[in-house]
Amino acid sequence: MSVPHKVGTVKSKQATNVKAPVAKVVKAAGKKKDEEEATDTAEGEEWMPGKTLVKPPDQLDLTEEELNEEITRVLTANNPNAPQNVVRYGFKEGCYKPIIFVDQMAIHFELEGNLVHKESDEGRRLMAKQAEREEGTGAEKLDNVAKAGEKERKLTNQFNFNERASQTLNNPPRDISCQTEPPPRANFSATANQWEIYDFYVEELKRREKSKEKQEGQVLNKEEDKSKKKIIQAETQSDDITQLAHAAKIIERMVNQNIFDEVAQDFMYFEDAADEFRGEKGTLLPLWKLQYDKAKGLSVTALCWNPKYNDLFAVGLGSYEFTQEERGMLLFYTLKNSSYPEFIFNTTSGVMCVDIHEQLSYLVAVGLHDGCVAVYNLKKKSDQPVYNSTASSGKHRGAVMQVKWQKDDLDSNHNFISVSADGRVVSWTLVKHELVFTDIIKLPATDKVPDDLKDVIATAGTSLDFHKQKDHHFLVATEAGKIHKGSKYYSSKFLETYDAHFMTVSRVRWNPFHPNVFISCGWDWMVKIWDQTIKSPIFTFELKTSVTDVAWAPYSSTIFAAITNDGKVHVFDLSINKYEALCQQKVVSKKTRLLHIEFNPVNPIIIVGDDRGHVISLKLSPNLRKKPKEKKGQELPKGPEVEIAKMEQLLSSLR
Amino acid sequence: MAETVDGKKDEADYKRLHSFPLIRHTDMPEEMRVETMELCVTACEKFASNNESAAKMIKESMDKKFGNSWHVVIGEGFGFEITHEMKNLLYMFFGGSLAVCVWKCS
Repeated sequence: MSVPHKVGTVKSKQATNVKAPVAKVVKAAGKKKDEEEATDTAEGEEWMPGKTLVKPPDQLDLTEEELNEEITRVLTANNPNAPQNVVRYGFKEGCYKPIIFVDQMAIHFELEGNLVHKESDEGRRLMAKQAEREEGTGAEKLDNVAKAGEKERKLTNQFNFNERASQTLNNPPRDISCQTEPPPRANFSATANQWEIYDFYVEELKRREKSKEKQEGQVLNKEEDKSKKKIIQAETQSDDITQLAHAAKIIERMVNQNIFDEVAQDFMYFEDAADEFRGEKGTLLPLWKLQYDKAKGLSVTALCWNPKYNDLFAVGLGSYEFTQEERGMLLFYTLKNSSYPEFIFNTTSGVMCVDIHEQLSYLVAVGLHDGCVAVYNLKKKSDQPVYNSTASSGKHRGAVMQVKWQKDDLDSNHNFISVSADGRVVSWTLVKHELVFTDIIKLPATDKVPDDLKDVIATAGTSLDFHKQKDHHFLVATEAGKIHKGSKYYSSKFLETYDAHFMTVSRVRWNPFHPNVFISCGWDWMVKIWDQTIKSPIFTFELKTSVTDVAWAPYSSTIFAAITNDGKVHVFDLSINKYEALCQQKVVSKKTRLLHIEFNPVNPIIIVGDDRGHVISLKLSPNLRKKPKEKKGQELPKGPEVEIAKMEQLLSSLR
Repeated sequence: MAETVDGKKDEADYKRLHSFPLIRHTDMPEEMRVETMELCVTACEKFASNNESAAKMIKESMDKKFGNSWHVVIGEGFGFEITHEMKNLLYMFFGGSLAVCVWKCS
């Protein structure tokens, strides 16, 4: 039996105003209940006497539908007595304004308390009064209190406790004031009129139109020149990368120096201490080994140190075999970056000789296997030589074996001299954009050639060297084993001829100090030292295989180094030992031939080139670099005179 | 008659053409300038009939955003000479006939 409970018939404090309608509903419900009860009782319990409905006189007569109507009552927290639409006069607007938020609080009960906070003024006053009262009445309590106090005071008497106080020094207060700089100000004035505004707008529109036109024009151009723009973009991109090039170069050098740090340290500072115990002998300490991938298969055909930059040297790569493919390279290495060459030039034919100009260290002359000579300018970035000799301008008909720069001629044109396998010694002058050649002399034919063929069969020149002081004197060596001394001013015949070797003379060089001495080496296993005034050699050394190159040391007139086919470097010092080498050291592996050797003009190192395209640098140990011993008390005279004197001493001892 | 009609059309045209916000003079940094300009445009559009409310809105927002003591003048015809803190001045035109001057000076 479910009695429908109307929503809102829950008893509430604030149901006072809904009393009347609730009462109605209750009555209605009550009536219905009664009816239901009546029906139920009629069904369930028949013994109950039927109840008669008593309607109060003022009850509403509602129809069935009206009785069944669901009336929802909503319970809100609003104060029913509060006004719902309050309107106040607003002086600002000058009109009546409705107030939306009306106070809904209804106070049912209010009781004022008499608690006072003890910290407040009133509380303290009260406490003080209370204390007075207590003092008056609590006399008997004093004894207890006193006793307690005494006990406490006993603990704090002077024998057990001491009160001490002190005052630290207070720093005197100081007034500091500061004024920041005010933010900067500026004045501005203008007038705002209608015409000013209009004028400005018109100007702005004009400006915008112009910029639009420009943009349109640019768009058209863009469509036409897309390719150009691409190129420009690519260029700017490459500019960005080339700007990195300098930094990358420095980093590359640093990385290499870090990797080969020990080598660099050895190069600078290592002095073999064992030399003291070795007597006269010395050693060669291998330093860097420089090689270039693309140079595989090529032999080192020429080496030349740069006179200005002591760590830069040129390597000419080519081939001594006639059958091998014709290609060549000119590489420049620096000791600061031993892993990759600084400059690379590819040549159409094998490079046979290289020479760097003494003053202008960017001018490099090369002689090629096909008889051309070319001049490269290192300052220019191009791969091509600045000057090149062609068939028309009198190039050699045979491989150019040696080139040497000369002093600038009277017209201050640079010039150099070359000797080649066709037997001609030619001087080349750099005139504007051309190479102009002048035959200096032709090598005389060998005795074995019959007279009528003398003009046809040439004597190949293999080496050329100019005197250090009298640079019109030069020595040229031939394949036939002769050395000719000539002069630039005499073109018909040679001043002297020396029968030097039985086989090809591979190198002839003047002594850097003594004006009369020169050295030659040949494939007949001999190294010979000559005085130019004497027809026969002063010193002869036999090394066990053919000697490919020999070089004087720039710091001493009696030291020279020779390299042989078996990969050995022989270093001699005539002032110490006239018969034997101070050092005979194998610097390359088997089957590799050493082809060229050069002394560094400043540092005590030598570079040797082999037939695999590798260049090895070696450091001379102290025994190989000896200067003449000084007598105690005497000042050691320095300079070339000493060296000349040393040599002279040697020579005189032999005469 | 046709001329006056055209004249009126031209007037209407220029009002339409020139109603974009146009900065006449400023020394504000880029960000500040953009923000202030947007604010001015919003205020002028909101209070199209009441310059005072527009100016009030601009000034209060500028005070909150960029610090105290901003001054705003909106009008169609006035001349002025002001001292302003550097990098805190904006003088712009809007709506074809309205000029707004905003500056900071404490």
